[in-house]
Amino acid sequence: MSRRPYVRELSKTGWWLQQPRYIRYMMREISALFIGIYVLVLIVGLFQLSRGEAAYEAFLESATGPAGLAFAVIAMVFAIYHSYTWFQVTPQAMPLTFRGKRIPGAFIIAAHWLGFLLVSAALWLLVGS
Amino acid sequence: MSQRTIELEILRYDPEQDAAPHFQNYVVPYHEDWVVLDAINYVKDELDRTLTYRWSCHMAVCGSCGMVLNGEPALACHAFVRDFPGRIRVEPLQNFPIERDLVVVMDGFIDKLSSVKPYIVPKEEKDLDDGEYLQTPAELGRFKQFTDCINCLLCYSACPQYALDDSFVGPAALALAHRYNLDSRDIGRSARADIVASNPGVWECSFVGACSDVCPKSVDPAAAIQQAKIASTGDYFMSFLMPWKRR
Repeated sequence: MSRRPYVRELSKTGWWLQQPRYIRYMMREISALFIGIYVLVLIVGLFQLSRGEAAYEAFLESATGPAGLAFAVIAMVFAIYHSYTWFQVTPQAMPLTFRGKRIPGAFIIAAHWLGFLLVSAALWLLVGS
Repeated sequence: MSQRTIELEILRYDPEQDAAPHFQNYVVPYHEDWVVLDAINYVKDELDRTLTYRWSCHMAVCGSCGMVLNGEPALACHAFVRDFPGRIRVEPLQNFPIERDLVVVMDGFIDKLSSVKPYIVPKEEKDLDDGEYLQTPAELGRFKQFTDCINCLLCYSACPQYALDDSFVGPAALALAHRYNLDSRDIGRSARADIVASNPGVWECSFVGACSDVCPKSVDPAAAIQQAKIASTGDYFMSFLMPWKRR
């Protein structure tokens, strides 16, 4: 009897396509990329604002053009997915108890969404319109 | 009524004959209440005595019959044949070397498990005559779910991080480390930190969450690992605030 354990090779690049849950995970991770690019666009906008009205107007024009809008929509979809997926897992990372009893996960998730909505509304009131 | 049949497509590997694993098909008549393990036992008893696999309790307690069924890690005793559409592809657990057929080499896991000291490290050893180490229900409640692990390794099979880097301590071992860290009778946390709080420890985890999805005992190892990350981050900052407490 000889031992000769066989190791099955894993595709280092294609592994995440093998399971729907791995694809969802990769989409969650990739969402950060779109959010990061969106932040860079905002920083460019600020920089253009500092250079004067003409530069800022040009920035606004390109940001609200077809390509700019398309990117904004994609970035928003990813941002919502990002928030959704992370809020969904908060009860796992934060097992809160109240008077010795575990607070239900749905409550923790709902509290995060509530906080998210409150902050969004406050920002809208502050700088929106 | 004619008996229903299921086709099992089982990955076979004989280290003395085969250069690589290959699939072999068996048609098995089955009963409504059969689990996949029953169908595999039928193959062994009636069709092919050379088939090698692990099993023991047939009731999701021993953790021996972990396999991959149609791509999903599962206990063969915990999955009904009737829930599969006509054919079941049965493979050994992913991410472990195949010893033979459906049996994998789990030595790496055993080493990792023992490295995290999965037992109570008491403040001081009590004499038997001094009685038990007492604990309140609330203290027990903090870690009870993590005690349900049966070391079936489904979580390692599901974990892509472990698949990409098998130096990762992995879900079950880290969940058990967390279980003892949360135990009021235990003072082993700093001794475990060398492994748990290291890069191959909790920080290798990127919270895919697949381990918790496939866990047959609802241990939720992903939760244990995230909680351990938070605890480890707290320890890190506390070591700056209170350097005299540093080990």
